[in-house]
Amino acid sequence: MLIINCPYCGPRDQSEFSNGGEAHVKRPDGSKEIGDREWGEYVFIRANPKGLFYERWVHTHGCRKWFNCVRDTSTDEILATYKLDEKKPNLNNFKSVVKTPSGEPEVGSGNFTVEK
Amino acid sequence: MKKKYSIFSLARNALSGHKEWPKMWRSPEPREFYDVIIIGGGGHGLGTAYYLAKEHGLKNIAVIEKGWLGGGNTGRNTTIIRSNYLWDDSAHLYEHSLKLWENLSSELNYNVMFSQRGVMNLAHNEHDIKEIKRRVSANNLNGIDSFWLSKEEIQKKVPIMNTDNLRYPVLGASYQPRGGVARHDAIAWGFAMRADEMGVDIIQNCEAHQIRIKNGTIEGVETSKGFLRANKIGVVASGHTGVLAESAGIRLPLQSKPLQALVSEPIKPIIDTVVMSSAVHAYVSQSDKGELVIGAGTDSYNSFTQRGGFNIIEDTIRAMVELYPVFGKMKMLRQWGGIVDICPDASPIISKCDIEGLFFNCGWGTGGFKATPGSANVFAHTIAKNEPHQINSAFNLDRFASGRLVDEHGAAAVAH
Repeated sequence: MLIINCPYCGPRDQSEFSNGGEAHVKRPDGSKEIGDREWGEYVFIRANPKGLFYERWVHTHGCRKWFNCVRDTSTDEILATYKLDEKKPNLNNFKSVVKTPSGEPEVGSGNFTVEK
Repeated sequence: MKKKYSIFSLARNALSGHKEWPKMWRSPEPREFYDVIIIGGGGHGLGTAYYLAKEHGLKNIAVIEKGWLGGGNTGRNTTIIRSNYLWDDSAHLYEHSLKLWENLSSELNYNVMFSQRGVMNLAHNEHDIKEIKRRVSANNLNGIDSFWLSKEEIQKKVPIMNTDNLRYPVLGASYQPRGGVARHDAIAWGFAMRADEMGVDIIQNCEAHQIRIKNGTIEGVETSKGFLRANKIGVVASGHTGVLAESAGIRLPLQSKPLQALVSEPIKPIIDTVVMSSAVHAYVSQSDKGELVIGAGTDSYNSFTQRGGFNIIEDTIRAMVELYPVFGKMKMLRQWGGIVDICPDASPIISKCDIEGLFFNCGWGTGGFKATPGSANVFAHTIAKNEPHQINSAFNLDRFASGRLVDEHGAAAVAH
């Protein structure tokens, strides 16, 4: 289970939070003009990378505030959490542990959290 | 030469201490060019190669697999097979698959241990009852065996179930007698062996790195064993399909999450059917070894760790113990996760795309095992003919632009 650092309340157990999927998704401009396909992409398609991922969480059973997060989906290591109005961190600041697109990291899930 | 298995070959090999069984398939080095390359050596991928060779006469086919055959979700699921889906499109697809399952052991001359012990889906509240009865009716209209069981009938079938003294009492269930379970490895190995006999190259430990495209047409795939050229590529990589599509610049409506399962220590026969409950989220069957095979849910967040969160199995075990108090003191032997790719409508994608020669079979989410032969069969058709089979025409990529979704969240058994 993850320990998530809520930017408002500090580190709490994952069971207090709900995941909100990809962060920084922008609704396309001019929704009257764009075609079904582009609209469908906005509605249905979200990034699904193996590795570094911007995502949203909400502290449902806590302060009930939404915030953003950078997590490595290949290890579940949480690399940063930040408030909605803060600038998103550059992914180059973090080390990607997946060498090939669908490769496996050297250490499996959770081990990073245990080490620290 | 076609490998035969019989009582005589078993006796002969028993006498020689089981040391002289022939290899089930070759392990060739990849050639430079293939007519069709299937990425993903699980049941769906190997089955696709099998049907391409058998029904469509293609000879120059390769299946490439990052790890070992059936080591992904084929070897990580709870092996439940049923076809009681709500919508016509899904019912036809899963029923097509169930019919292939019924004849698969004899077709492959390899025992896939398909055991039609029946599948029960429990109702725990008024809404469940209405939804399940509606599904039973829809199934009957599609010629699928499915009926409503009262609480008393459930108690007769599964006497160990606690139907009354729990937070969400058991009020009834749907039951599909032709449903059941099968042996997960056997389906991969059976398809692999028979595909190999027809000349399909099965290449293990060969990881696909990047799908290469030139002028809107498929060129080949960059792998850990070099670049392989191909006329057509079928991607059947379950949780990693989205990652591979991304390598070709294609975005698919998939989200990858761990789905967990666990097995108990082996015990004497105690439950002779499959019982699923999506409301309290626990499902169980008993393997031939005597272990209880228990299915849990998916994590709420995207992840590629084949492990999953502990809270998920905690929830499932809680529901299990409430439904079957007799299991309360049992020990669990193993727990694991598999990475499933979930579509927004909980239905699969078996489709071509804008790139000529590139095909996807993905989005099976939490319930792909039951569909293995059917999915492989129609995917082979789609690849060979460049157009979908009637059965999978609804499961195209265009539905996410047209809005003609096949919403099976209700029948997916595992709430996503």
